[in-house]
Amino acid sequence: MSSGTAQSSPRKSGGTFTALRRLYPYAKPAMPRIYLGMLAALLAGVVALLIPQVLKSLVDGPLQSGDSAQIWPAFAIVLALGILEAIMIALRRFFVLTPGTHIEARMRNALYMKLQNLPVGFHDRWPSGQLLSRAVSDLNLIRRWLSFGTVLLVVNVLTIVIGFVFLVNISWMLGVLFMVCSIPLWIYGYLFENKYSVVARRSQDQAGDLATTVEESVHGIRVLKAFGRGKHALQNFASQAEELRGTEIEKAKAIAGIWLWLLLVPDVTFALCLLAGVWLTANGQMTAGDLVAFFATATVLRWPVESIGFLLSMTFDTRTAADRFFEVMDSDDTVIDPVKPKTVANPQGRLVFDDVHFRYQDSPERVPDLIDGVDLAIEPGETMALVGLTGSGKSTLTALTTRLYDVTGGSITVDGVDVRDLTLLDLRTLLAMAFEDATLFSASVRENVLLGRPDASEAELAEALDIAQAAFVYDLPEGLDTRVGEEGLSLSGGQRQRLALARAVAAKPSVLVLDDPLSALDVDTEALVEAALRRILASTTALIVAHRPSTVMLADRVALLEGGKVTAVGRHSELLASSEHYRFVISSLEDEEKRESAERSSAPAHKTVETGLS
Amino acid sequence: MSVAGVEGEERNDYTKLESKQIRQRSLKLLGSLIRPVRARVVLTMIVVVISTAAQVAGPALIAFGIDRGLPALLAGDWLPLAGTVVVYLVTGVIGATLIAWYTVLTARISQAILFDLRKRVFLHTQRLSLEFHESYTSGRIIARQTSDLDAIRELLDSGINQLVQGLLYMVFVAIALISLDWVSGLVLFGALIPLGLLTRWFQVRSQSVFRDTRTASAKLIVQFVETMTGIRAVKAFRKEKRNQAVFGGLVEDYRAANGKAIGLFGIFDPGLVLIGNVALAAVLLLGGLRVASGGIEIGVLLATLLYTRQFFAPAEEMAMFYNSYQSAAAALEKISGVLEEKPSVPDPTRPIDLRKAQGRVSFDGVEFAYKTDRIVLPEFDLEIPAGQTIALVGSTGAGKSTLAKLISRFYDPSRGRVALDGVDLRQLHPKDLRRAIVMVTQEAYLFSGTVADNIALGKPDATRDEIIGAARAVGAHEFIESLPNGYDTDVNKRGGRVSAGQRQLLSFARAFIADPVVLILDEATASLDIPSERLVQEGLQTLLADRTAVIIAHRLSTVAIADRVLVMEHGRIVEDGTPRDLIAGTGRFAQLHAAWRDSLV
Repeated sequence: MSSGTAQSSPRKSGGTFTALRRLYPYAKPAMPRIYLGMLAALLAGVVALLIPQVLKSLVDGPLQSGDSAQIWPAFAIVLALGILEAIMIALRRFFVLTPGTHIEARMRNALYMKLQNLPVGFHDRWPSGQLLSRAVSDLNLIRRWLSFGTVLLVVNVLTIVIGFVFLVNISWMLGVLFMVCSIPLWIYGYLFENKYSVVARRSQDQAGDLATTVEESVHGIRVLKAFGRGKHALQNFASQAEELRGTEIEKAKAIAGIWLWLLLVPDVTFALCLLAGVWLTANGQMTAGDLVAFFATATVLRWPVESIGFLLSMTFDTRTAADRFFEVMDSDDTVIDPVKPKTVANPQGRLVFDDVHFRYQDSPERVPDLIDGVDLAIEPGETMALVGLTGSGKSTLTALTTRLYDVTGGSITVDGVDVRDLTLLDLRTLLAMAFEDATLFSASVRENVLLGRPDASEAELAEALDIAQAAFVYDLPEGLDTRVGEEGLSLSGGQRQRLALARAVAAKPSVLVLDDPLSALDVDTEALVEAALRRILASTTALIVAHRPSTVMLADRVALLEGGKVTAVGRHSELLASSEHYRFVISSLEDEEKRESAERSSAPAHKTVETGLS
Repeated sequence: MSVAGVEGEERNDYTKLESKQIRQRSLKLLGSLIRPVRARVVLTMIVVVISTAAQVAGPALIAFGIDRGLPALLAGDWLPLAGTVVVYLVTGVIGATLIAWYTVLTARISQAILFDLRKRVFLHTQRLSLEFHESYTSGRIIARQTSDLDAIRELLDSGINQLVQGLLYMVFVAIALISLDWVSGLVLFGALIPLGLLTRWFQVRSQSVFRDTRTASAKLIVQFVETMTGIRAVKAFRKEKRNQAVFGGLVEDYRAANGKAIGLFGIFDPGLVLIGNVALAAVLLLGGLRVASGGIEIGVLLATLLYTRQFFAPAEEMAMFYNSYQSAAAALEKISGVLEEKPSVPDPTRPIDLRKAQGRVSFDGVEFAYKTDRIVLPEFDLEIPAGQTIALVGSTGAGKSTLAKLISRFYDPSRGRVALDGVDLRQLHPKDLRRAIVMVTQEAYLFSGTVADNIALGKPDATRDEIIGAARAVGAHEFIESLPNGYDTDVNKRGGRVSAGQRQLLSFARAFIADPVVLILDEATASLDIPSERLVQEGLQTLLADRTAVIIAHRLSTVAIADRVLVMEHGRIVEDGTPRDLIAGTGRFAQLHAAWRDSLV
């Protein structure tokens, strides 16, 4: 259960700036307000810088002269500046934060849409925990950086620049000294990026893996309970959490490193400036007032300088988060609508497989195609059963019809039109599927059944439920409005399967594709469903994956899938007679009869003897 | 309505009492999380006190350098200046080093707490009964473990940092200010009143707003997980657009809740700045007037102004701490709710060991109801002798699975007792229980990892030979060998590759290797093709020879290997006998069997 680690190692993709610039399209509508927010923040900073200036002139003027009447205006100015600063801060938040949440929402919706469109092959490879951590934590981080990090980063850098100008203005020698001393900071900052980004990326990936493990532990809870493997799973989870903890501490060490420099360098600078400043003053190259002003201004600059540390780490965190986001957004959406879609004018439901090949993207070279040249034609109204051993590719072949995967060779046509030339919407309206593992969504029974055709009438709904022998839904606490699925009432496997079947039937497609739709039904119900299904199958083209002779009986013809090819097509009885492999796959009757006659004739079999012993 | 556990989790109209109850429960949890790391917390405190003192000393040293060093230098004495610079360097190095150390120390503490909390939630959710999981949904548990823990991490990472430093700074500065000039001290205390009111307002308002954000983010996650898990059906039935609308709505709810929380902070933060600046102006006015009248020195005025400014300087950081605190507190409330849930199938307090079970299962006066009123299994007795193979037959919803789940203790009976070798399952040591009784269900869940890992789940210390042996026994060896990397193929990366039937074979192998005394098969062969099923059945013949087995199957072929058949209807056992007797009779089973035989033709 060791979860698969990161899908791709951190790419060195052109640096932080390039990575972050890609966020621009999402942030664009909010940019005017972000600029306004920066302006407000800058004004707040300038106002904060002005207050000491007023104080200085106050100290040099009225206070020296003892003129108390002059104090009131100074008080008024300071008060006004103080209120202005608060207003500017409020404005900064007002401008930036609401659009920030909109950016986040926009990106989240875009990610969700992309994920829904990406082919099933993508989802096979990506654990949903990794996707979830991108959709929630990473986007959260990006939002905070956009509305907080960028603004402060820009404003603080500007404040530092303005501050430098002030410092040079007071004493160019001290100013230059101050600047030269900060050079190690920039160097360290650059080195920090390289080191930190790698760790930050690893931590985000590990958090995604952890989410995957949590998800599996909940979805697989029955298995874990059945085998009493809670402790085992915990150990696994704990060791992953432990790895994450190690990474986080490594990250903290990197941050501690930059803190050390960010605090140490200004302190050393201050000490050197103190030494030089006092010496310059003693030499008469500076006044005492200059010295005070220099340190007062330099002190104001301390917070912006220090903040650069966490703003940088936040920026690099965001960069890796953006990388993770765009990894998904950049994934090739291979199953897409055609440029010039065709339509099926008058759907008859003729489904033809023409030399269809398919292999999974990541299967090794030496393995032959899973579907290795299937030729099969299903005539309008015909019901074709697909029979083959477990793992022979039956489910895969059915998945190709609705383009859950695209063929890697050959073509599939519906009424003469290649499925790739139809829009996905049209294709999936023409064809409806029922899967063996029936997925119900957190919605009412009605919504679940009418998933494929929300505008169906009550009568059509009732008919679909009737065909699938799903009348049990009327007895549910709230009948058809009972919520089922994860968020609702839990149904048994057989009940879920019947709803999934009803769903496919209710969609009234031209072609019905059923992947072993009756496997979880008991014999009685199966017989009833089959009887009812015959009614609609008489007029609908259908491809049915079957394991049992009883299901095969629904079909007009049977196709035998073997070694990636259809090796025989014909009536059940014909194939029984002609194909040894078919007999092997489908026939158990002989066995049964042998066994039963053996039981009947011989005295109690060994099992029954044991019963007597116990 | 109660707020115990996760009940009422999504409400937003708690009474004062309920709100307090929830807060207390999460504070208790917080306390229990901090206790193991308290020594480290104390160390961190000491480090931060010294480093803050070193930082506060800086300005004083500069003042000293100017006031004393300059005149001394003018008099030709380098020593005071040099001394000041050296001391400044030393405090600077100490301060910076300690802050760096402190950063690592906090990370260690916060990571230890998170690690602890993660494990607790994980272990606890594993302990909670299926009944809980069925109603709480996986998405919400994932939300608790991801986005809620994120909120707490944020608090621990940056929040405490800001709190400790800011608080210390404020205390130091306040002391300095009062000792310098009590009038300015009074102004500062005056400013504390609106400060307190503002904070209180923020606390009250943000508490419910942050709860909203937690609920909204959980809903978002539930929808997200459901879509990704059911992506095939989503695509096949063109649900994308409708999903997008639903998800868009949830995103907007979350955004709005988040925006509200941020908006509150957008008032709180400038409010603090405003109070600070007004206080500064007041100190300036009062001080200036006194300077003009000769009451105090200019130097003192400057100092009081700087100190007042400094007092409010960390206020923004404190506000941010408070912000992340409120967010984390809301998250902690939800998590503490999950942790408060009592497992309805609890581990025994004084477990009875049963090292070598025989496999006799007995039901004494057992009745089972999910919720008090919905009786699923009316009172019944049943005795399954050790080694017997039982087939449970009946239509869907007859209670077969429920009966099986009682034996494997997924549920406990509402009345009566289920016992293995005479020991009540509720008293049996969980380890012995799980070793003795294993259930294989229809949904054969595979965890990410290799095929071998998945089989070894039944016996974690199994050797490769044992794993292969188990796979052979159920007829899975061949298809495993044909996978790209054989037993080392990662099932997650090639999830689409293992078919439903193959998954069932793997889960059979899993059960086989676990080698339990009592084996329960709940529709475990439904997805198998006939040759595989035949193989499995041959395997079962030997596998079940010396163990107790309960088999639920629609395919009556499985029933053929049973010693005894129980036919269930509406929660009651209506027929009980050997297959031969029942087939020979005219009862329900005889009908079923006839129907099944017809279906084979």
